[in-house]
Amino acid sequence: MTRISRRELLRLSGGGALAARAGGIASIVAMKQAPAYAQSTTLHWLRWNDFVPASDALLLKEIVPECEKALGIKLVIEMINGNDIQARTTSAIQSGSGPDIICALNNWPQLYPESVVDVSDVAEEIGKAQGGYYDESKVVANDGKKWLALPWCIVGALLAYRKSWFEEAGYPAGKFPQDWEQYRAAGKELKAKARPMGQTLGHTFGDAPTYAYPYMWSFGGKELLADGKTVVLNSKETVESVKFMAGFWKDAYDEGGLAWDDSSNNRAFLAGTCSCTLNGASIYLEAKRKPEVYMTEKGTPLWQDILHAPLPKGAAGQFGYHLPMSNMLLAYSSNQKAAKEFLRWITSKEVYQKWFDTQQGYTVGATTIWEKDKLWDKDPVMLPFRTAARAGRFPGYEGPADRHAAEVLSKYIIIDMYAKAVQGMPADEAVKWAHEEVAKIHA
Amino acid sequence: MAVSEVATTSDTYTASVRRWPITRLLEDERWLSFVLLLPTLVLLSLFIAYPFVKGVELSVTDAKVGVPGNFVGMQNFAALLNDSIFRIAVWNTIVYTAVTTVFKLAFGLWLALLLNRNFKGKAFTRAFILLPFIIPTVLSTFAWKWMFDPTFSVINWTLFRLGLITSRINWLGDPNLALISVIIVNIWRGVPFYAISLLAGLQTINPELQDAAAIDGARPWQRFWYVTWPLLLPVTMVVVLFSVIQTFADFQLVYVLTGGGPANATQLFATYAYQIGVGTGLLSQGAAISLAMFPVLLVVVIVQLLYIRRVETL
Repeated sequence: MTRISRRELLRLSGGGALAARAGGIASIVAMKQAPAYAQSTTLHWLRWNDFVPASDALLLKEIVPECEKALGIKLVIEMINGNDIQARTTSAIQSGSGPDIICALNNWPQLYPESVVDVSDVAEEIGKAQGGYYDESKVVANDGKKWLALPWCIVGALLAYRKSWFEEAGYPAGKFPQDWEQYRAAGKELKAKARPMGQTLGHTFGDAPTYAYPYMWSFGGKELLADGKTVVLNSKETVESVKFMAGFWKDAYDEGGLAWDDSSNNRAFLAGTCSCTLNGASIYLEAKRKPEVYMTEKGTPLWQDILHAPLPKGAAGQFGYHLPMSNMLLAYSSNQKAAKEFLRWITSKEVYQKWFDTQQGYTVGATTIWEKDKLWDKDPVMLPFRTAARAGRFPGYEGPADRHAAEVLSKYIIIDMYAKAVQGMPADEAVKWAHEEVAKIHA
Repeated sequence: MAVSEVATTSDTYTASVRRWPITRLLEDERWLSFVLLLPTLVLLSLFIAYPFVKGVELSVTDAKVGVPGNFVGMQNFAALLNDSIFRIAVWNTIVYTAVTTVFKLAFGLWLALLLNRNFKGKAFTRAFILLPFIIPTVLSTFAWKWMFDPTFSVINWTLFRLGLITSRINWLGDPNLALISVIIVNIWRGVPFYAISLLAGLQTINPELQDAAAIDGARPWQRFWYVTWPLLLPVTMVVVLFSVIQTFADFQLVYVLTGGGPANATQLFATYAYQIGVGTGLLSQGAAISLAMFPVLLVVVIVQLLYIRRVETL
């Protein structure tokens, strides 16, 4: 065994600590030695089970040992269902113990501002080095004064549709319906051939809000004015959007969608019972991963018949709501310094690149630099995801993405407004109900 | 043996038993009963009383996750009166509990009476009946979710093949059917509990009473109504009491099947409390929603316990 003298130990550990303090990742890499303060540190990172299994495999098999080698940090990654992260976060904060870092969805960092560590130094550094953050990433992780979490990625939500079926409806490849009227007409034709569009208006955290909110925005509807106090949901534009939805649903959609969860539309599309649905790229990636399982009615691989497009335009424009994710460093953590170093390291271009590659475009980075990545040259079907996050807004618009916005979101008020109209409630009544609920939250 | 020897032995025995103060204390029945009850008291205080008191404390503050909050009196409860989703949750919970309790009792009693007879494979059948109750709720509910899936429902497929329907039934998408669907799953899951508990009650009834009634010319229905049912009533009341409390606070089933949707059609107390307390981080409001169940449950428990006492003293 190699003996290390006392002097040598002091030199090495002192050098590591100094390097980490003064020079960040570059110095650590140059030292080829983990910083001393982190030599025996164990970090617990809680994340969701990724919809792209290869990414989870990469984290466990490559990133964990690399982290130990580069930073001297023993990384423990725990992956659980996305729906359960908030319950874990709540119990961890209330008990003051649990994961050091939690990868939050949506604007959850805004719910726990008192319980997270200010990561402005790391966030500013990464943002500056990587071309700045998308607005959506910023509004969910920054409270206007500081960064409550370090943006991690954005899960793009676009329409996945059957190329051949839309061709039959008069929309050859590259000519997808541009506005809601065209989209509805195409859907009506497709539904008549037992190929309905599929969408959930149920209580599920992903597909339901990422559809309902941009749909409302595109008609000009919004929850609040920019002052963040004045509720303006009950507007002519919102009522118009609800009226349109009631007819649209019957004309074009699979009416069972009211009860769908986030995986139902994946199943329906992959089974060939749905012509178009708003989703992440997981449908396409899954079909491509198992071409022998997922086939078209003609016996060809399904993935070759899938294309992606953004939600159509409305009178007020074209919008998207893509699921942002960011890493919160919990205030109760006794490893805050090491955790910050880890966040800086994992989000650095070199390390993040490996994870980004495994995602195959399912998520885009939180910073704009990833739009220029060569990954987008590999598969033209994934190309619409490259810039999708540019059109992203977050619930609460035109107000801030704060706790109130989260309450409206978690109570599914906007989604239920449309669901009620689809179930037969007059549009103005549904909007009035939703307006009152939103107003109570902001009172 | 000589008398002197016996006396010596007796003296030695007396000398060897030293009566410690604690021993003398425990000889007092009041202290002994207190000591014997102490472990139960500690457990109840830790796992029942403390969370309850903590819940009450939270409900009268404006606490959020990570923020202790200040005292706000009954403000959270007042806000609930003005909350339309809460009103829906109250109504749904009452309907859900009432309907499922009636059906679980009827089916459970029927099953218990059948299982109380002698037939081949009795032991196996009794064990088999318990399956829905043994399987973790989340797992069995996921199976039901698949069965109710609007596109892939095996129930719809069967009904369609039998020619009973021409278009699919939107089990979880239609607001009324969604509540009926969760009620069906709750009944399926709860019947074994009733059946086995009532079966245990039936087996404590002396068969000679039935025989005597039969000799006196009582018909099966009369034997049930005038002999079995009165004797089974105390057990039934306890089973119903437990069931009502569990059903009133049900969470997993609805959370997995519908998440309270569509448009809150299946929202219950517990799912709404979770949505507010955990989903929005408003712990105090979530606690207030949970505690809103308490007065209703308290009345149910008091009425039933009084009834049980009356029945037992008859």
